Amino acid sequence: MSTESGLNVLKPKDFANDLEVRWCPGCGDYSILAQMKKVLPELGIPKHKIVFISGIGCSSRFPYYLSTYGFHTIHGRAPTFATGLKIANPELSVWVITGDGDGLSIGGNHLLHVIRRNVNVNIVMFNNRIYGLTKGQYSPTSRVGHKTKSTPYGSIDRPLSALSVALGAEASFVARSLDVNIKHLGETLKRAAGHRGASFVEVYQDCNVFNHEAFSYATDKEVKADNTIYLEHGKPLIFGKDRHMGIRLNGTDPEVVKLGEGVREDDLLFHDEKAPEPSLAYLLSRMSYPEFPEPMGVFRCIDAPVYEEQVDAQVEKAVETAGDGDLDKLFNSGDTWTVD
Amino acid sequence: MSTASTDRGAENEYEFEERESVIIRFAGDSGDGMQLVGGQFTNASAVYGNDVSTFPDFPAEIRAPAGTLAGVSGFQIHFSNHDIKTPGDVLDALVAMNPAALKTNLPALQKGGVLICNTDSFTLNDLKKAGYAENPLDGHGIDDYMVVKIDMTRLNRDAVGKDTPLSQRAVDRCKNFFALGLLYWLYDRPTDPTLNWIKQKFGKMLDVCEANERSLRAGYNYGETLELFTHRYRVKPAKDTPPGKYRQIMGNQALAYGMVTAAKMAQSELVYATYPITPASDILHELAKLKHFRARTYQAEDEIAAMGAAIGAAYGGKLAATGTSGPGLALKAEAIGLAVMAELPVVIVNVQRGGPSTGLPTKTEQADLLQAMFGRNGECPVPIVAAAHPSDCFTMIQEAFRIAVEFMTPVIFLSDGYIANGAEPWKIPEIDGINKIEIKYASSPNGNGSAQAFQPYTRDEKLARPWAPPGIPGCEHRIGGLEKEAITGNVSYDPENHQKMIHLRQEKVDGIANSIPEQTVTGPEEGDLLLVSWGGTFGAVSTAAAKARDKGQSVAHAHLKYLSPFPKNLGDLLGRYRQVLVPELNMGQLRLLLRGHFLVDAKGYNKVKGQPFYVSELEKAIDGLLED
Repeated sequence: MSTESGLNVLKPKDFANDLEVRWCPGCGDYSILAQMKKVLPELGIPKHKIVFISGIGCSSRFPYYLSTYGFHTIHGRAPTFATGLKIANPELSVWVITGDGDGLSIGGNHLLHVIRRNVNVNIVMFNNRIYGLTKGQYSPTSRVGHKTKSTPYGSIDRPLSALSVALGAEASFVARSLDVNIKHLGETLKRAAGHRGASFVEVYQDCNVFNHEAFSYATDKEVKADNTIYLEHGKPLIFGKDRHMGIRLNGTDPEVVKLGEGVREDDLLFHDEKAPEPSLAYLLSRMSYPEFPEPMGVFRCIDAPVYEEQVDAQVEKAVETAGDGDLDKLFNSGDTWTVD
Repeated sequence: MSTASTDRGAENEYEFEERESVIIRFAGDSGDGMQLVGGQFTNASAVYGNDVSTFPDFPAEIRAPAGTLAGVSGFQIHFSNHDIKTPGDVLDALVAMNPAALKTNLPALQKGGVLICNTDSFTLNDLKKAGYAENPLDGHGIDDYMVVKIDMTRLNRDAVGKDTPLSQRAVDRCKNFFALGLLYWLYDRPTDPTLNWIKQKFGKMLDVCEANERSLRAGYNYGETLELFTHRYRVKPAKDTPPGKYRQIMGNQALAYGMVTAAKMAQSELVYATYPITPASDILHELAKLKHFRARTYQAEDEIAAMGAAIGAAYGGKLAATGTSGPGLALKAEAIGLAVMAELPVVIVNVQRGGPSTGLPTKTEQADLLQAMFGRNGECPVPIVAAAHPSDCFTMIQEAFRIAVEFMTPVIFLSDGYIANGAEPWKIPEIDGINKIEIKYASSPNGNGSAQAFQPYTRDEKLARPWAPPGIPGCEHRIGGLEKEAITGNVSYDPENHQKMIHLRQEKVDGIANSIPEQTVTGPEEGDLLLVSWGGTFGAVSTAAAKARDKGQSVAHAHLKYLSPFPKNLGDLLGRYRQVLVPELNMGQLRLLLRGHFLVDAKGYNKVKGQPFYVSELEKAIDGLLED
């Protein structure tokens, strides 16, 4: 990442603009915006080289509330614009802001492909398990049985796990955080920004109007320690208020175990975000409440070739081999004849 | 590079009959290599100095069941000693490699025409597949033609020889070259270009190379040796061709060349984002070979993604385009609307094919004009230009880019399957004579170095807003699909602003009329009848109009390359003729627009068969109108 001198003076307020933020009072989006403004000055990237691209939905208003370059595009397609932009100018730092409906429903296909190509963009998916902007229909991450305006008898659709989807596309960086855990959120966004390649971050975000407290199991003081597990590279998977619980592999399945009583830390599953295969990360992405504590943090972070760099490399190679494109030579290639 | 030369054998006994022009068609099974030999014959004729026009006609299936009517693939070539604009109506010669090819193509052959059949494929089985109860070569159905029956498969096997290590299947695959060689002899074509091509193409596979060479020579010599024909034909090089250096070019190829040229002329780089679709895919194939022009090709996951990436690249400051056909244009509609709202320069190529829905993927049609014009939500004006013939793609795609960047707007470029796959001679342009495209990026907030925030929706005298790709310090701004406030570009729901912006966007597109040439006509400046056409029907309509004038009829022709906005003088022009006829390969889409815009009582001549117009049917339509 290029650092230009004199940038350290930038403050979060430098990334704010004078537009009125129009999310509902109490929306989790405010917290994500605040953390983003805090993280951006720390990246050492000048403002004019940062671009936020979004689709449609509450989350996708995000670019309007920053003072960087921003493009609020069409529903589900933000990754396509971001990919074109990165092909045009690989030097830009590009963020894709999306939601569970935008990214996993109408734009599911594009999400898969921007990830599998490993375009160097940072994708942040605000997951509130509901359609907010259209006023409260169920989303592809809504739980089975969820009663919404469009599912008065409860949803019968099986939900998608955003992280399983990303890992299915072999994402090189996958992480999860929470809107209310601001420290963790800031750190996670920063790590995503630092990763070369497509970074995918799912943020559990409270829609306090249409799906309030959907994530209370992971945010309430009383229970969050028992229902979440914070991943650390190279460390065993331990959780619980008293850090007395752990995750152990039983064959190929994870199981919750109590530490002590014959179970030592060394028996637990150790997190390896750099594992070349996405299998371990995938297994973690399958762990969900209430059967399991839900993992937070970086699931996977591996080096992989970056798409737009390879595009450029092919161009440079072609120029090197065939010489800088010469129109006259091109037009005169093949059989020609002269009329006098 | 090769020059025109002929390696004919001893020219004993055969006399040459001079012809002004000749129309031939190779027809066979999809796997028979008809497109390949058609292309070779075209090239040889062009190199020889004839004017040429071609019409490849092939099924959508890559390999339809062998021997069936559905699997017939044809390639028609019209070559001439004067300027021609169409592949021609009726055939002088037909090569039928199997019964199905005979059945589907015989109606196009004129009485007395040359009919060459590969008798080896007229087996009981293949006759049955073609729906023949009896062998037509034994009956009287072909009495009207000059029939030449050749057991081509066997002769070809003998020619390639027993010493070849190739399988019999591979040997049989060469028989198209046998047919080609025979026609080269019959029409006195140079064989060098094809022999060179074979060497280049199969150079590393010596056996294949040799087999094809032997087949070609054997076909040529077979004509020379056997007294199958009473004479040979000769079509001298075209005399009315303007002096210069020429090559052969196909529509999609010309389009690709035009795109890299536009990028050079704009001192920019091309990003071409697309999704494979017939008949537009060859543009991608051509451009993918031109990476040394710093052309970046991107095969997206779907049509919408291709449009998004093209817009993203335009937003990033590159010369950006996407290419598709009708079904793809439908999918891209929403994103094109965004490009209209965000006012970003991007070119959308639509190589039209038969519709609706999947329609006729490999056949030509002009039925997407109204889709290009209106196929988006809201009041969403997009300029439209259309190429008239294969090499015109080169020029008009540059025009599309010029309009896009000069007016900060998406531009739709219409081609069609007939233009895309058709070939014609192209006078190689002088690089110095090609128009530059001027790109002006924003350099600092509002260009005046003021500390004030950048205003992305200010406008120049052409009503274009500034192009400010990310990366310019001080020009950070936010755009999107929500209605924009004039000047600031902020989101605005203000009723007055919405009305103002809708008018502004329309006015901007209308103003393009001031930057395009006035409409010209060929023929009388006023008179009985004006033919108005657009797109790939140019050749047939202009030829029909010229023939009408030769007969003494007062018929003019206006061919539109700018369809939105129309040239400024079009309305005036339409009023100068007693009647207006709009021939189109659709149900009357341009006619509807002309009637709506100019209240002119335009008549239509419409055909929707997936096939181009015959000159003769247009002549008849003209006669019909003038008789009334």
